[in-house]
Amino acid sequence: MFKKILIANRGEIAVRILRACREMGISTVVVYSDVDRAALHVRKSDEAYPIGPAPAAESYLRMDKILDVAKRSGAEAIHPGYGFLSENAKFAQACADAGVKFIGPTPHSMRMMGSKTSARQQMEKAGVPFVPGTSRGLASSEEGEQVAERVGYPVMLKAAAGGGGKGMRLVHTRQELRSALESAQSEAQRSFGDSEVYIEKAIVNPRHIEMQVLADEHGNTVWLGERECSIQRRHQKVLEEAPSPIVDSDMRNRMGEVAVKVAEAANYTNAGTVEFLVDQEKNFYFLEMNTRLQVEHPVTELTTGLDLVHLQIRIAAGERLPFAQSDVAIRGHAIECRIYAEDPDNNYFPSPGKITVLLQPSGPGIRRDSGMYEGWTVPMDYDPLLAKLIGYASDRQQAIMRLERALYEYFVAGIKTNISLFQRILGDADFQAGKLDTGYLDRLLAKANPAVASFAPKPEIKGLEKIAAIAAGMFAVLDPAAPVNRNGNAQGTGSVPSNWKQKGRAEGLR
Amino acid sequence: MIYEIIVGGKPHRLELEKAAGGWECRLDGQPVHIDAVIPRRDVLSLLVDGHSYEIKREQTATDLHMWVGSTRFAVALHDPRSLRARQKDAGDEKGPRKILAPMPGRVVRLLVRENSEVEAGQGIVVVEAMKMQNEIKSPKKGVVKKISATPGAAVNPGDVLAIVE
Repeated sequence: MFKKILIANRGEIAVRILRACREMGISTVVVYSDVDRAALHVRKSDEAYPIGPAPAAESYLRMDKILDVAKRSGAEAIHPGYGFLSENAKFAQACADAGVKFIGPTPHSMRMMGSKTSARQQMEKAGVPFVPGTSRGLASSEEGEQVAERVGYPVMLKAAAGGGGKGMRLVHTRQELRSALESAQSEAQRSFGDSEVYIEKAIVNPRHIEMQVLADEHGNTVWLGERECSIQRRHQKVLEEAPSPIVDSDMRNRMGEVAVKVAEAANYTNAGTVEFLVDQEKNFYFLEMNTRLQVEHPVTELTTGLDLVHLQIRIAAGERLPFAQSDVAIRGHAIECRIYAEDPDNNYFPSPGKITVLLQPSGPGIRRDSGMYEGWTVPMDYDPLLAKLIGYASDRQQAIMRLERALYEYFVAGIKTNISLFQRILGDADFQAGKLDTGYLDRLLAKANPAVASFAPKPEIKGLEKIAAIAAGMFAVLDPAAPVNRNGNAQGTGSVPSNWKQKGRAEGLR
Repeated sequence: MIYEIIVGGKPHRLELEKAAGGWECRLDGQPVHIDAVIPRRDVLSLLVDGHSYEIKREQTATDLHMWVGSTRFAVALHDPRSLRARQKDAGDEKGPRKILAPMPGRVVRLLVRENSEVEAGQGIVVVEAMKMQNEIKSPKKGVVKKISATPGAAVNPGDVLAIVE
C-alpha cells in the first residue's frame, strides 16, 4: 500500500480524498494556488505546497509543477479528484513516465473514451446499444441530411471532442441542418480545437441515468448500481439520486451488464461511470464514459455500503477487488444536493465572497461533504460547488423528508447559495412522483416560485413578518455591533466591538 | 428603546423594555411578552408565548436580512438615536442611487456611457466571477451621473460601480 498520496485538486473533493487517506493510514500532500492558502484542504493535509497564481491554467492544471511537488515530497501516487487534470490522458502518461501511480484508468483507456466518436466506434464493435446516428464526423451537410432522413428528425449535432453543451445543436427540419452544422463545427473548433461533429437521433425529454463501474488490474469488473442525474441546468447536474425511481432490478441488471461490457472493451481499470440516455419507453442508449470519480459518487456509496475512494486507492496499489458482483446489494435510497455559491434571485449567478455565518445540518442519515467553513472567502476563480448534502433513508419518500429537514437546518450567510432551490425541488409534486427528465428543472424554474412553506414554522408568512421585526429590534439591543464589512475584503474580520461602548449601551438600557 | 422597523417595505413601531424573565415589547401598539438570547453571533433564539423561533441575521454589502426559518425578510432599522441610520435610508426613490457590486469579481465591460438615460432594470456594467458574466442593472429610471467602474479592474462587494440619478 502507498505511504503517501498527492491530491491534485481543491474544494470538497480534496477534503473527501484526504479523509479516505487518513482512514487508511496514508499521509497526504496537497497543492494550492495563491488564493487557496486558507482553503480547507490545505488546513487538513499533512503537507501542502504552493503551485502558482489563482487561474487554474497557472496552478491546478500545471502538470509540471504538480509532478515536481510529488517528486519533492516523495508521494508515490496522485489522486486527481474530478475536473482539472482528472480526465487528461497526457497527465496520466506524464505520471507514469515520472514513476508516480495515477489513481485512475490508463492513458490508453482515457484516450479511447475521451473522443466521443472513437468511443462510439469501439463500443459498436462490443455490441453496446446506441442512439441511432453516425460514429464518425460528418464530411458534408449532404451526408448529414441523408443520416437525418434515415434516423428521423429531430436530430442532434454534437462535437466529437465536446462536453458541457458546447458544439451541440438540436435540428428539427432539413432546412435548418446546413447552418446548424456550420455553426456547430465552428463552435467546436473554437472550444476544443477540433471541428469534428457527428449526428444522432434526438431523444425527446430523455432521462440521464448513469452506472458506476469498478475494475481492478486483474481483469475483474463489477457494476455498483445506477444514479438518476436528470435534474440539470445549463448541462450541469444539480441533484442526483440512487436508485433511479424508474429502474427496476431487471433493467438495473441489463444496464449493469452493458456498463461492464463498455469498461471491458476499453480495458478499463479503477472507478468509472457509464452514462446512458433513457427514452420514455425505458430504452437506454450509451452516451459516454466518464473516466474519473464523479461528484455524485456518495449516493452510490450510501446505497451499496462501499467506500469508492478507498477502493480506488486499493485498486491503484494493485489489490484485487475484495468482493464479487453477486455480493453487491442496493439498499435504501440516497439523494444528493449540490450546494453551489449561486444567487437564486439573480438567475443562479455565481456568488463568491466571505462566509459570515455557517450553520450546518447533521443528525440521522445526513452526510455532508464540504470544502467551506465560516470565515472563509470563497474565491471567484473556480467552480462554485461549495459542498454536497446527501440524505440517506430506507426509501425515497423518507430520504426526501430527511433532506427537507436538513436543508431547513442549513444556513449560509455572506454569500448566496442555491439551498432554496432544493427546497423547491423536493417539495414539487412531479419530483415526488419521480417524473423527471433533463428538461425538468428548466420547466420548474419557469413556474412562479411558490412560498417554500412545508417547513416554515407555525403561523403563515404574515405572522413571521412580525417575528422578523421583533428580531431586528432584539438584535439591535443585544448585539449592537453588527458585523458589517463594507469592503468585503478577505482580511476583514468584522469590527471588534469596543467594550467601553458596549458597557455604555448596556448601562443606558437599565 | 423605540425602533422604527421596515419589514418587506412595511413600517412597524417596536418598543422594547427589559422586564422580569424577558422583555416587554409593544409591536405597533400590541403588547407581547418575549424572551430572547443570542446563543452565537448572528443567531437569535426568540420565545413568544411558548413558540420558539430561531432567527438568523445576515448583513450584506447593501441589505440587512432576517431569516425566520427558511423565510428571508429584508429589514431596515431606524434607531431614532442614530443620525447615521436616518441618513442612510433617506430618499431612496428620489435623488441619486449608487449601484454597488453585489459580489467580488472583475469588471468586463461598460454597457452605457456617463450622462446616458437608462430605464429601470437596464444593464449598466458587466462583472465576471467564477467564469460567469453578470449584468449589473439600474435600480431606477434616470441618468447615469457617474461611472466609477473601469474594465479589467477587480471589485469587492459594496464598491460603487456607478451612480444613477
